[in-house]
Amino acid sequence: MDNLKIRRGNDAAAAVKKHVRTYITVFAALAVLTVVTVAASYLGLSSGEAFFLALTIASIKGTLVAGFFMHLFTEKTAIIAILGITVFLFMIVLFFPFLAAVDQALS
Amino acid sequence: MDIPYNIDERPDTGMYNAKLGVWLFLASEVMLFGGLFSAYVFLRMGDVTNSFAAGPAELNIPLATLNTLVLITSSVTMVMSWVSLKMQDFKKFKYYLSSTLFLAALFLVIKYFEYSAKFQHGIFPSTNTYFAIYFTLTGLHMLHIIGGMAVLFYFLFPGSRLWLKAPEHFTNRIEIAGLYWHFVDLVWIFLFPILYLL
Repeated sequence: MDNLKIRRGNDAAAAVKKHVRTYITVFAALAVLTVVTVAASYLGLSSGEAFFLALTIASIKGTLVAGFFMHLFTEKTAIIAILGITVFLFMIVLFFPFLAAVDQALS
Repeated sequence: MDIPYNIDERPDTGMYNAKLGVWLFLASEVMLFGGLFSAYVFLRMGDVTNSFAAGPAELNIPLATLNTLVLITSSVTMVMSWVSLKMQDFKKFKYYLSSTLFLAALFLVIKYFEYSAKFQHGIFPSTNTYFAIYFTLTGLHMLHIIGGMAVLFYFLFPGSRLWLKAPEHFTNRIEIAGLYWHFVDLVWIFLFPILYLL
């Protein structure tokens, strides 16, 4: 969030207006994507297709929240590094069920 | 004694200390929910009673959609409260933070109606594996909302006195409270489709 410093006069007003516009645009995108997620669930897709679509939309929404509201797109390297390790470990945790599935299929 | 790097950036990390602390805390939260998401996949894979296919039909999707929109809106009001402080507009800050608290309370009220309907229909965590993980994930998420509300309430009333003597320090506190709040929103963004729509 260091990208929005306290400035004075017209410069400050313009900078803040720009940020506020971004937040409103992201909000609108999140609202539309929420409606799209719900609408897609009534399309009668197969289980695999529905999972792929729903998680893709959720990932886009998550990226918008983390990138703009949490300012990750402009955040410091130290935070990106911490989150990189976290995402790696998160993927390992999510990988365990698939290892179990492979084990089950082989036995 | 003054605690260093409350406002100034620490040269080695490039940020004030509390920000790094909150991001480390959020990393641990990712792993907490990650473990439960993994449990969800495990339970779904081993679901011989078909409870995961039938479960969502028992839930109220319009109410959950409304709750998703409520939480997204609260994220916007939260970030706007921080922007207001950056613009040194304390009145607007109070307005936006109050709105965030109101929306958080609205989320809980809607969730109360959802839970009540389930209990009235005899649906409990012990009903089947789907509802066990449904109540675990949504219950834990609700606890995070309640914890966040306690922090926001503190900053809205007693904690806001800091603005008078150290405005930048107070602004930083709102920034990191916001990071937590957006994370709670982020978790719900994933919980909503996997529990209600799939």
